[in-house]
Amino acid sequence: MTAMLSVGFELFLSAILVGGGVFALIGSYGLLRLPRPMQRLHAPTKATTVGVGAALVVSAFDLLPQGQISWQELLIVLFLLLTAPISALFLAKTLILRGEADPNLPDPGTGTPWATLAQERSDP
Amino acid sequence: MLKRLFPHPYLTMTLVVLWFLLVNHWKIGSLVMATLLATAIPLISSAWWPDRAMVKRPLSLATYTVLVLWDVIVANFQVARIVLFMPRDKIRSNWITIPLDLHSPEAISLLAGTITMTPGTLTADMSACGRALLVHALHAPDPAAVRDDIKTRYESRLKRIFE
Amino acid sequence: MILGPALFFMFACIALALVLNLIRLFTAPTLTDRILVLDTMTVNAIALVVLYGISSGSALYLEAAVLLALTSFVGTIAYCKYLLRGSIIE
Repeated sequence: MTAMLSVGFELFLSAILVGGGVFALIGSYGLLRLPRPMQRLHAPTKATTVGVGAALVVSAFDLLPQGQISWQELLIVLFLLLTAPISALFLAKTLILRGEADPNLPDPGTGTPWATLAQERSDP
Repeated sequence: MLKRLFPHPYLTMTLVVLWFLLVNHWKIGSLVMATLLATAIPLISSAWWPDRAMVKRPLSLATYTVLVLWDVIVANFQVARIVLFMPRDKIRSNWITIPLDLHSPEAISLLAGTITMTPGTLTADMSACGRALLVHALHAPDPAAVRDDIKTRYESRLKRIFE
Repeated sequence: MILGPALFFMFACIALALVLNLIRLFTAPTLTDRILVLDTMTVNAIALVVLYGISSGSALYLEAAVLLALTSFVGTIAYCKYLLRGSIIE
């Protein structure tokens, strides 16, 4: 019974690994394929993060049949989930400031411009 | 006294948990170290944290986290489909302006993070006064629908949690 | 038993992803794209380190993964900050 259980569990972990690998590949392929700079931001922030997340989940639980769970992976997953949006936000701001994003930004509708365009550049 | 020693109780708790995750084993020595660090770091850095994050309903925050994690996985299937199968010239990317009802900075940054991690949308900028978010959608033939979806699905929940 | 082939499959996927990233790194049209590619490459490298940790059964590699995650984030933000503001520490 326990052997059955651990075989099923291993199948489950393998499925996560395969799915994660495919997602990581899709993230990098999207980076290559999508035509516009703003579109390219989408693929890696989401797909690659989930790919790494899959590897980390498997790493955390692969000794579960022996009764061990490693919690350190949770830290890395949390960190990646928290930082991916911030990196993406900074990259988007850079694209907007350098004029490499799609032009014709919509109006904020608040009477003030978008923050990136409102700031004056400090002298380097 | 207790308030002076622990100016940020949430931060203290988070630091204790983070330290345990970092050392990756449960020993009494680690608890001592974690408590020392979790007391010292908020005290030293409290000058940069003048306000406390107010979480009115911690329990709804937990369900919100589960909802977002689920949406992250769904988001990936959608983005994967667009990346793999949609012809390049058919991808209709759009800018979307989202006027904000939220006021607390923590809630707004959480909303911005959520938007970036979920289906085909990405927070790109904020208006200078902080009352609107600029969102880029990978494939959105109907920008108004995406805006309404974000406002009802995420913003209303965050408003209930934080305000 | 089946975990071995699945691990191998994911190793192959990440390696291929890194090659695709390299191609993009050399053909990127804008500077910001290069920062994005570098960020993606480090995230893929973290995955590679974690996978090697699983296959070797050692927990030590996780420490390397933590460090990579921390430094890659700070690096990306520093690059962007430099392009945005002309200086990193104001």
